Amino acid sequence: MTQLIVSEATLTFGGLNALTKVDVTIEPGIITSIIGPNGAGKTSLLNCISGFYHPTSGRIRYGQRNLTHASPHQISTIGIARAFQNLELFRGLSVLDNLLLARHQNLDYSIFHAVIYCGKAARIEAENRAYVEKVIDFMELEPYRKKMVGNLSYGVQKRVEVARALTLAPNLLLLDEPMAGMNIEEKEDIVRFILDLKKEWGITVVLVEHDLGVVMDISDRIYVLDFGEVIGSGTPQEVAANPKVIEAYIGEE
Amino acid sequence: MAYLFQLIISGVVVGSIYALSALGFVLIYKSSRVLNIAHGQIIATGAFITYALTVWAGIPIYISFPISMVLTFFLAMSVERIFLRRLIGEPIISVIMVTIGLMSILDGLIYLTPFGTENFSFPPFLPTTPIAFAGVSISWTQMVGVIVTFTMIGAFSWFFKKSTLGISMRAVSDDQLASMSIGISVPKVFGLAWAMAGLSAAAAGGIIGNITGLNFDTLHAFGIVVFPVVILGGLDSILGAVVAGIIMGLIQQFASGYLDGNWGLNGTGEVMPYIILLIILLFKPHGLFGIHEIERV
Repeated sequence: MTQLIVSEATLTFGGLNALTKVDVTIEPGIITSIIGPNGAGKTSLLNCISGFYHPTSGRIRYGQRNLTHASPHQISTIGIARAFQNLELFRGLSVLDNLLLARHQNLDYSIFHAVIYCGKAARIEAENRAYVEKVIDFMELEPYRKKMVGNLSYGVQKRVEVARALTLAPNLLLLDEPMAGMNIEEKEDIVRFILDLKKEWGITVVLVEHDLGVVMDISDRIYVLDFGEVIGSGTPQEVAANPKVIEAYIGEE
Repeated sequence: MAYLFQLIISGVVVGSIYALSALGFVLIYKSSRVLNIAHGQIIATGAFITYALTVWAGIPIYISFPISMVLTFFLAMSVERIFLRRLIGEPIISVIMVTIGLMSILDGLIYLTPFGTENFSFPPFLPTTPIAFAGVSISWTQMVGVIVTFTMIGAFSWFFKKSTLGISMRAVSDDQLASMSIGISVPKVFGLAWAMAGLSAAAAGGIIGNITGLNFDTLHAFGIVVFPVVILGGLDSILGAVVAGIIMGLIQQFASGYLDGNWGLNGTGEVMPYIILLIILLFKPHGLFGIHEIERV
């Protein structure tokens, strides 16, 4: 189990500080939530962890590895996967193909094996297919397996997004507002998936979410960001009692 | 009747070369949304390399042709690496300006060589008597050119449908963020798209050179006719490029075969593609096979 440590990460765009000396430690095996008002830097932090942005200063370590300047495709191969806030799916492909494509990036059989398609190639293909089916099963996407992603409803597309991240067999899963724009039932489904991921799959989850009810219920640890700074962290109870957090959310008395 | 068939055959010959030329253009647009204005120059470069290897270095054409494809593959790859890699994420208009600059630079370089001003022709390596059948004839060079073209188009289609790299390229053209998040190196895919565009351009150049002779203006013109072809086919469709290339070839041949000389018309073959281009832009701006993006609100 690997720990992810963001230390003193600062991210600036021109004169604007998106993140200022952010220290976050993601402990393995638990659900860590990152909350904060709009524009607090939550997605920027996720972007830094997943390599889409690189912090202007500070460091990001994952176990022994330094991720500060790693590129997104490198990060995806070391067990960190990410689902996006705004849907980023291959809209012209079926659900199954979307997932298989994610699985296919790390194939390690040669073109020779691929051409004769037996032995190693066939075995790896079968394993991949089995893994993808397991993910489809888990995310309850069976009815949509062969449907074109672009034609599915928003809620289902969000689930495909999470499923595709899972297909990479991550140890650490970054979820950026997986419940945004969903109704109560759909939210409950996603909450169930996240809890099962922790318990049954042993995946470390980092959750960025606006629904405070959900966050307080399921998180083991919470970081609160405001204007790019960490203003509070701890268990849900600790955070809820933190005067700075209350101030940021509700305003001063 | 024989005249009609003759026009159809020469239309398909010219059209398949248009298709191969357009293929490279579509490849680059499809993966990176860059309009490569310098594509005609890359075609010409490929043709000149083939000639230099064949005639000046004395390498047999069936070896020099693949060698020039490989050389142009790496040439186009380095063009992407040196000039376009640092422009990823910049506004598309800047990138297009860079390819226009590239066009001028390549033009300038080509004018420094004998190829810029003189005409050359490949020594015939196939039988010079045309294949004639029921009053219709096709030269051996054309025949072989068409076969090579269709083989290459087939190989490209296979590559995109079946190979992991090809599928990665399609994924990048669909959604770059998503591709990065599942472990595809987007810069690598851009480089590969340029490299393969270079490869197909060199093949097209070599074939044109063998059929029509090496004349920089002619090769240049091929690079420009690529525009109406890809607009007709849809900028991001490989199938579109192939179908539209052949349609354009037929239209050109029919126009010059039936219109020229009547009613005082001349040179209609050269004008027709652009008339068609305007009509398509009016009625079907996404082309025959282009993706018509529907915004969900």
